[in-house]
Order: sequence, then structure tokens, then C-alpha cells
Amino acid sequence: MANVGIVGIGHTRFGNSSEYDLGDVLAYAATDCLKDAGFLERRKEIDQVFVANMASGMFCHQTAVASAMISKMDMEPVPAELIENGPASGASAIKVGYMAVASGLADVVLVVGGELMRKVTGWNATDIVATMLHTEAEYNMGLTLPGFGGMFTRMYMEKYGLTERDLALVAVKDHENGAKNKYAHVQIPCTIEAIADGPEADVVNNYIAEPLRMYSTCPVTDGAAAVLLVNMDAPIAKEFKKKPIRIAGVASATDTHCVHNRKDPLRLEAVRIAGEKAYKMAGLGPKDISFAELHDAFVILELAISEEVGLFERGKAYLAVRKGETKIDGRLPINPSGGLKSKGHPVGGTGVSQVVELVRQLRGEAEPGRQVKDPKVGMSVNFGGFGNNVVAVICAKE
Amino acid sequence: MAIDAMEMKLRPPEAELKPYPPKLITLASGEKMVVREARREEVGALLGTIYPLIGVPADFYDIVAVRMYAEILGWYRYRVANEFVLVGAIDGVIAGIVTSRHVSPQLGMSLHTLTIKRGLRVGAQLFAAKMEHHLDVLGEEEVYIVAESPNGFKRWMIEYQLEDRSALYPEVRHELGGVPTFVLTRPLWDAVRSIKCTGSRPISDADLKTADKLIMPSEYSQLPGFKR
Repeated sequence: MANVGIVGIGHTRFGNSSEYDLGDVLAYAATDCLKDAGFLERRKEIDQVFVANMASGMFCHQTAVASAMISKMDMEPVPAELIENGPASGASAIKVGYMAVASGLADVVLVVGGELMRKVTGWNATDIVATMLHTEAEYNMGLTLPGFGGMFTRMYMEKYGLTERDLALVAVKDHENGAKNKYAHVQIPCTIEAIADGPEADVVNNYIAEPLRMYSTCPVTDGAAAVLLVNMDAPIAKEFKKKPIRIAGVASATDTHCVHNRKDPLRLEAVRIAGEKAYKMAGLGPKDISFAELHDAFVILELAISEEVGLFERGKAYLAVRKGETKIDGRLPINPSGGLKSKGHPVGGTGVSQVVELVRQLRGEAEPGRQVKDPKVGMSVNFGGFGNNVVAVICAKE
Repeated sequence: MAIDAMEMKLRPPEAELKPYPPKLITLASGEKMVVREARREEVGALLGTIYPLIGVPADFYDIVAVRMYAEILGWYRYRVANEFVLVGAIDGVIAGIVTSRHVSPQLGMSLHTLTIKRGLRVGAQLFAAKMEHHLDVLGEEEVYIVAESPNGFKRWMIEYQLEDRSALYPEVRHELGGVPTFVLTRPLWDAVRSIKCTGSRPISDADLKTADKLIMPSEYSQLPGFKR
């Protein structure tokens, strides 16, 4: 298999882009990426484009967005396909792009992921996202993703002793990073006094799905991100502006569609398996990870995912947060971008955005105050459904 | 200023309204927001704050801003009966404004809520303060409320579970054009007060002093590139 590297990254400012067309937003990220790679003028030489999107048909009443983006960018006749895997669509598209390059089918692949969720109201967005749940057993019973997040958090609290204050500590850490990230949706820091300890915290940080509060859940976000993959062993690899960051491992796994069919609903088996496969492919282990971008749609998931991929002992991740180990200057920084909590979660684009952050950190290009010190290896976990389809990516600086 | 006979005819009758006791709210960012009644002499800062938003169609800022501009001008020039204006200020900088009107001892008429500083639920806090003034301070039994934007509908109609009286139109109608009228009743307020309304009282002189002079914001997230 060929070695696959990332030579370009692009990102829109996450937030509210609902006045724009999804094709434009995807094209913006793609253009940003191709400029970064120094390949914008040669874009018709790209062998393949994959566009990740979860539900533009419902959010925007628009389908076939890969074709739309190609035309917006004047890239015909480059082949382009859409990849859909719920909120893990982004990393799935990177995985498919990796497979195309590693197999020798393509030398240069552009992967773009994005979503415009704010075309609809917040409760409609929650409903649309919930359509990925099991129709009869979950969705029709009124379950939503925040509902699952709340129940999962309650179980975790009862089993491991996590408190609501611990959840707030994760949010404070994420917002501290996100406030310095020019691409983040919510660039506002928050304090533990204001959202957990103070007399007004109950109202300022109100419940969304008890015990999850506003500062335990990600915002509804528009945005897009893009990466340019290249065959590092091909001559063309030397024709880009920046040195490639190698994709050392990429793997995915699935779990039961119905959460109640799992032996232990607190175990995220797909996360564990995807992580193990990615480590094996990279020839690395949890101890080699310099920092991680984990899918904290609800902050409890940052903790649970970090345990499943072996970064912390089971049930102990929140203790590391208390000690500040996951802060930007801690032993193992997690979500230096601000994570989904602060940076935002445009579902189809999140997995690509996470990998963009891996590359940005490994290049040393993050803003002052949120740049991880001398990182060598970064890991991302993109979480689909309530853990039923998960993709892990490991990137390494050569 | 001498008020001539014609001007007296133009002015509505005014009831003596109890003042709103100022309070302090610590926002999620840790910033301290003073919530207090605006004073008549502060109308320049209020109107100057609102004016740039009249040109922002996103999230219906334009309609809310232009209507609030008129309401505050009407209050300043004595053309609206029993109106009150509450303001939220962070280090004196105006973060949000609400307008409302006392109709009778039983009824309040909520006018508009304008969030200047976004992302910290400033509007939600100020709306709650407005309801607090109507029901807890002025002692009214219910408040008529309408929404002119999806954000408003979600924040008030859905989150407060307001009583929908739109079927009683035109007997029950809000003053803002009679659009579907929803009502915050005292039992509904009693049910949500603890989760919607907050703030510390009494406010210290030092904290109150931070908002003694209202300052117009120099930047707006709603208007990228705007500088005052």
C-alpha cells in the first residue's frame, strides 16, 4: 500500500452560515484547502473528490451536493461522490479517500465535509439528527441524541462517581481552547464559577437533558472543512507547498444500532475496536499519542471515548481533567480546537474538521495559546449514531 | 421645561410604577452584568446602540431594532403610557435591552427584547428580568407576549410553555399588530421562575457603579467589521 499524507487543509469559520448555499460553503473550505496546498490552479488534476454530508436533503432541501460543489469550483470532469455515515461522515470520507490513494487508484484526493444545520430551527435540527436512531425502538419512542447523552451520563455518574462539576470542567477547558480558535463557533471562554459553582449557575447553565446542561452539549453549527490527500510515494507528492502529514492509521468499527441491545450500554465497543485497529495499523499505542481530538457532542463523550481508546483508565478520565492533564499545557491535551463543544459540530463536516486540527497542530500552525507543545502524533475519533459507527484517525509528523 | 397645554393633551396618563430593583448576574463567561432600569437621560446611548442593528435582516434584528427604537423614542417623548426599559450592562457597555408596558394592575404588555452581546443568553436573562418586573414587582397577573423571530418563539413560547390565546383573537390581542398572542400567567411564572430568572440582590454600590454610565458597544457580532 502507498503511504498517504495530507498536504492541504481548509476550514470555514464555524457558526451560522445559513444565509449561504451549502455548495458555496463546501467550495469555500475546498478552496481554502487547495490554496494551502498550492494546488488551486491545478485543481482539475485531482483524481477524485469525496464530499461528506449527513442530511442536506433534510436540513437544506438540497441533494447531490458533491456535484454542486464541483460545479461551484469549476472542477468538471473530476469524479466526485458523496459519503454519508451520520455524524461520522467526515472521517468516513477520509477513510475512503485513504483507501483510494493507498490502493493506487488515485494519487491526489480532495475530501470535503460540511453541513448547514441552522437552515432549520434548533429543535428541527435535533429531530433531523435523531433520525439516525433505530426507527421503531428509539426514534418513534421520542429519543433524541441529547436524551441518549443524558442517560449515558447518568449511568456513568452512578458507576464512576463523576459529578456535574466534572462535566463543567471539561467545558471550561474546551472553551478556553475554542476562544483562541479563529474557526470556532463559540469563541467565548467560560468560568467554573459561572457555570457550576456560583449562585446563578443553575440558570446561566440550564439543563438540556438532565444531567446534561447547556455547557455539556455542543451548539447547532454550520460549517465545512477539507483536506487534500496525496500518495506520498508518488512524484507528485513533491509538488505541493507544504510537507505532508502522514495518515498513520485509519479504521472504523460498528456496534448495534439499538443501544439497548448492547451488553453494557456504558461500553462503546465501536470506539474501542476502531481505536485498536488504528493503533495496530500505525504501529503505535495510546502512550504515543501527543494530543487528541475527540467527539464531544456531549462532554461526557470526551471522557468515555478517551477511556475506550486507552488514553486513560476506565472511569478515571474525569480525574485527569480535575488535575488539568487534558488542558493545552497538560500531559495529554484533548480537543485543543475547542472540540465539538466550543468549535461546533456541523455533523457531516466534523470528522474532516478534526483531522484538519490534527494537521494544524502537527504543523505547529495553531494560534498562540492553543498550540500543543512539539506534538508528534495526533488522534481523532469521529462518533456516529450513539456509538454505532465510529472512525479513528491517527496522523503523524514525519 | 415648561409643558404647554397642547403637549399635555398629547401625553398619555402615567401610573406611578414601582422601580425595578437592580441586580447582578454572573454570565457563563464570568463577566458581571448589571440589570437595571434605564433612565430617561440615557436615551441617547440606548438609541445609538440600537441604530446600527436596524440594517441587519438576519435573525429579524431589523424589525426588532426598528420597533424598539420607536418604543424608546416614544418613552422618551412621553408618547407611550407606562412603558419601562431595562438594560443589561457589562462594565457599563450595553449588552441587551428590553422594553415593556404596564397596561393595568392585572396586565402587562411585553414589547421587545434585543440582544446585543450574543452567545451568553443575555436576551434570555433580560426577558426573565422583564417578566420578574411585571409579575413580582408590579404585581400584574399576566403578561401578553408575541414573538417576531424563530429565536423569540423558541425562547419564550416553547421554553416558558406560554398559554396560547391566539384563538381568542380579536378579543385577546397583543398591541404589536395583534399577531398570535401568548400569555405568561402567574401559575406559569411560578413554575419556571427558579429555572429562568436569576440575579443577586442587593447589588453592591461598586457593582452598580460599573453601569452608572451606559456605554454604546464599539463592535457588534451581528455587524462584522463595524467600528464605532
